[in-house]
Amino acid sequence: MSEAAQITDVHEDRIIVSLRDVHRDYPLGAERVHALQGVSLDVERGDYVAIVGPSGCGKSTLLNLIGVIDQPTSGTVEIGGKRVDDMSDWEATSFRLHNIGFVFQRFYLMPILTAMENVALPMAEAGLPREEQRARAAELLAYVGLSNRERHRPSQLSGGEQQRVAIARALANRPALILADEPTGELDAHTGAEIISLFKRLNADGATIVVVTHDEDLATAAKRKIHMRDGKIVDGQL
Amino acid sequence: MLLDMVMLATGMRESFRELLLSRGFDIRLAPKGTLPFDTDATIPNVDAITRVLRTNPDIREISPVLGASIHIPVGARDVSGTVLGIDPAVQGDYEFLSGRDVTTPESMVANDNLIRQLHARIGDTLSVATGYDPQTRTYSGQKKLVLTGRVRFIYGAADQLSAAMRRETLERMVQGREDRASLFMIRVRSGADPDRVREWIETYIPTVSAISVATAIAQVDQRLSYFRQLSIILGSVSLLVGFLLVTTLVTVSVNERAGEIAVMRAIGVSRTHVVQQIVTEGVVISVVGALLGLGLGLETARYLNDILSTFPGLPMAIDFFLFQPMAAWSALALLIASGIGAGIYPAWRAASLPISETLRREAIA
Repeated sequence: MSEAAQITDVHEDRIIVSLRDVHRDYPLGAERVHALQGVSLDVERGDYVAIVGPSGCGKSTLLNLIGVIDQPTSGTVEIGGKRVDDMSDWEATSFRLHNIGFVFQRFYLMPILTAMENVALPMAEAGLPREEQRARAAELLAYVGLSNRERHRPSQLSGGEQQRVAIARALANRPALILADEPTGELDAHTGAEIISLFKRLNADGATIVVVTHDEDLATAAKRKIHMRDGKIVDGQL
Repeated sequence: MLLDMVMLATGMRESFRELLLSRGFDIRLAPKGTLPFDTDATIPNVDAITRVLRTNPDIREISPVLGASIHIPVGARDVSGTVLGIDPAVQGDYEFLSGRDVTTPESMVANDNLIRQLHARIGDTLSVATGYDPQTRTYSGQKKLVLTGRVRFIYGAADQLSAAMRRETLERMVQGREDRASLFMIRVRSGADPDRVREWIETYIPTVSAISVATAIAQVDQRLSYFRQLSIILGSVSLLVGFLLVTTLVTVSVNERAGEIAVMRAIGVSRTHVVQQIVTEGVVISVVGALLGLGLGLETARYLNDILSTFPGLPMAIDFFLFQPMAAWSALALLIASGIGAGIYPAWRAASLPISETLRREAIA
């Protein structure tokens, strides 16, 4: 069994993300902002997709819909063959916990928890036994190269190390999908390159990754690049 | 402050109850319509009343006490104080400290305040009078008594100059006080109901007011209701201020960590757990505050108690602020409840944050 099988679950369906004619409007004062305008997108299992485009083009909105932390105004979103666009808050929370791993630009680790405890947090929420949590957290920290930082708190870690802890946390519950929003945005070029390398390794080990970025190097590292403008996919759509 | 106010609200009552029961006397008899030593009025026919009281099998001990003023010349100076005429075998007014009790009609015991004022020592013979005319500087009801012992008067005020002698000695020294008492103190038999005995006394001896511990406490409650009201108001204010403070602290903390909370929600932490965590924060802040405040509250209570205990006419043994574990637990329970209440609003707000909107705002910030 490859290392990838230990990181994420193996699924039979080829398409993991499927959006059809998705619109997302926001009220802005008396106006309505059309953040997404009829987006359709499929992402295959094991793919590594970079969504790029100018600020305000709807990249993060699209990622939020795929991550089930937002709902479309119209259209359908399926993740792993399951409709997620009309889930209740409780259903969506549980779905995210077990199926999606998030990596954010600002890491957002819990400052009072150690690296190991931060990684174990989603497993604790999922009700895994404590010993299992510790063993898997240690395994994931080793995977991202931080075995020697298990007991360090975020304030004792560099930005790159914090982002690697956040990636380990995203992998905690063996999610089918890893979503990253500007994961190199707060890092210098050298540290950013390390994170890019880690994402490539993750993907090579079988993880499906969708990343939103302005970082050309990160986008180039992806297997597939999707360009967005004015709430629409203008290039790279299947 | 909350602990102080809970101690104040319950302390006076409990302290007074302990004081009344400290010598085991359950009932006091005062002249009709008065409280013990509230006026100069006395109860006549002590012997007859004692005979009536002895007919009740529930009454175990009777201690008649006569109160008066005393004057003792010290050089050209007059030292005045109060004196109690008692029966040393059954008295419940003082604790014996040293020397010898009033075993003879010529002996007298005094508290340290009086002994100091008199510059006297145990064994000294003193010229004690029960009357003094400052115009003519003449004494009346004078008698030579030997100071035989040091005592501490249980119901005396802090600065009171007090002495005690046998009741028959004092009766002879005070004109018109033969066979009279200012107060009777009564012990009831173990298992007997003091209030039933009190009712029996008021029925058979209509010239006295019989006061049980319960009725005395009720009267004290009435007289000191101001303190209770004050403690309730100040306690409520301190609780409200604490509540608002904890709410503010938790709200500020939640606002500062809005992104962190949104990410917790994004990675699958349930609303319930977010609420639990933030409410716990409120409770922890309250409990830490309570523990820090405990020492300060006790020290403040001791300081205020020292001041209030010197109020004229109040027994020195009365504590306004009495530390009772139940009071401390009550204050802690109120604080925890307040902490939970204070955490609920910010917790609910945090758990209800729209995740994507919050993350977008945080990214822009």
